[in-house]
Amino acid sequence: MNPVTRRKFMTGGLVAAGGVAGLAVADRLAKRYGLLPPDSGELYGAGATLTYAAQRLLTTHSLAREFAKSQISEKPFANAVAPGNVEFKQHEAAGFADWKLTVEGMVARPTVFSMSDLKAMPVKSQVTEIACEEGWSYVAEWMGTPLAGVLNEVGVLPEARYMVYWSMDKNWWDSVDMGDALHPQTLLAMGMNDGALPVPFGGPLRLRVSRQLGYKSVKYITRLTFTDTMRGVGGPPGKMPEYSYSWFAGI
Amino acid sequence: MTERVAARRHAGVVRVTHWLIALAFVALLVTGVEILLSHPRFYWGEAGNVNMRPLFTLPVPSSRDTVPTGYKYVLPDQNGWSRYLHFEAAWVVVLCGLVYGVWGFLSGHFRRELFSGAQGGRLRFREVVGKSLRWEPVEDEGAYNVAQRWSYVGVIFGLIPLMIWTGLAMSPSFTAAAPWSVELLGGRQSARTIHFFATWVLVLFVMAHVAMVVHAGLRKKMRGMITGGAAVAEGPLRIEEQV
Repeated sequence: MNPVTRRKFMTGGLVAAGGVAGLAVADRLAKRYGLLPPDSGELYGAGATLTYAAQRLLTTHSLAREFAKSQISEKPFANAVAPGNVEFKQHEAAGFADWKLTVEGMVARPTVFSMSDLKAMPVKSQVTEIACEEGWSYVAEWMGTPLAGVLNEVGVLPEARYMVYWSMDKNWWDSVDMGDALHPQTLLAMGMNDGALPVPFGGPLRLRVSRQLGYKSVKYITRLTFTDTMRGVGGPPGKMPEYSYSWFAGI
Repeated sequence: MTERVAARRHAGVVRVTHWLIALAFVALLVTGVEILLSHPRFYWGEAGNVNMRPLFTLPVPSSRDTVPTGYKYVLPDQNGWSRYLHFEAAWVVVLCGLVYGVWGFLSGHFRRELFSGAQGGRLRFREVVGKSLRWEPVEDEGAYNVAQRWSYVGVIFGLIPLMIWTGLAMSPSFTAAAPWSVELLGGRQSARTIHFFATWVLVLFVMAHVAMVVHAGLRKKMRGMITGGAAVAEGPLRIEEQV
């Protein structure tokens, strides 16, 4: 054997040992500082974890780009996904007057909010772009109440790590971490472009998560659940089973 | 002779990062096409959707029934694993690129092998391209000939950074932290369109690169990039000290 390879072998061994030790340390730190997304243990968990950890370390306090009103897209687009169930149709016929938002789980004061309760809360309007994972996008003005204010009223417990939000469409729900739930641009949107939020765009109530792709902005919200684990929520990985998109959609 | 052999060896860093990036490139291309099929329309500026006028539309079917394509069928949605793998492979490129980039500067690899016009050989760019197109052997001094140096510099310092930049410019969280990254490109949809065209340039580079490797001797060049030793036959000529 060529003697040089022995030196190389030893250097390589040291580098490998250092790498393994480094990974172990990184794993501990990631767990400790909440840098592991719920899908970190899945097939593509390494990439998903790198993305989520990098975003949380570097961009936690950033604000999504806001636009001038003149940049609002004249022709927005919405996937036609209004829930076909009778309950939704009845709400729609009644002008959504009885729509309720239930807040439960790890909160000090579980509360049911009516639409008029939510409309009485501070109003915020912001012009942001919503981009679908498919590639298309539009810029719109979203009006609603910052979710952080609602969370303040119910008193989210410090051990809560995720917020799961449920649509009236039974198979549609998603979740974000507390960083995005409390983010100043996360809105319970009730209006769009100077009018009420149209049904195709999520009316009467849509969660608008401004720094993530469109699929995180779930339409027809009826319930918020606070939890410290995504295990057992909806399905084993804590994700909508039919899509299997990555949990963190800030990419 | 020994000197020459040593100069022609690819360093371990080059070999490992080369093959990891090559693997990641295949994954990125396949998943990129897959993601693209969910909206095979391109726009310029900030926003774009099926209600807006496209810059151009690809004549391919789509994996979404909301996109008018002219085809009567809809392809299956493969975006879940495609997007996961696309970003995982992108991380491989970024991390390998960082290792290779830092090493390349510190070790003098870039200075010696990529930016040294003086000692890089005697053939001119046109001569190298002409010989290659006529499938004639290109014998030149130095590690890389002038056409290789130009294309490698262009890909390493131009195209791959542009791919990463235009990719990041489509990330809503990244652009929140660095709005200039998308504004400089003219908007989110412009970034997506540039990402698409840059892919084609990269594919053309890889095709030319593979053709040149075949031209220069597939076995020899593959051995050089895998084991690093370009001259097994000259083995006995090597004199190396015991460590």
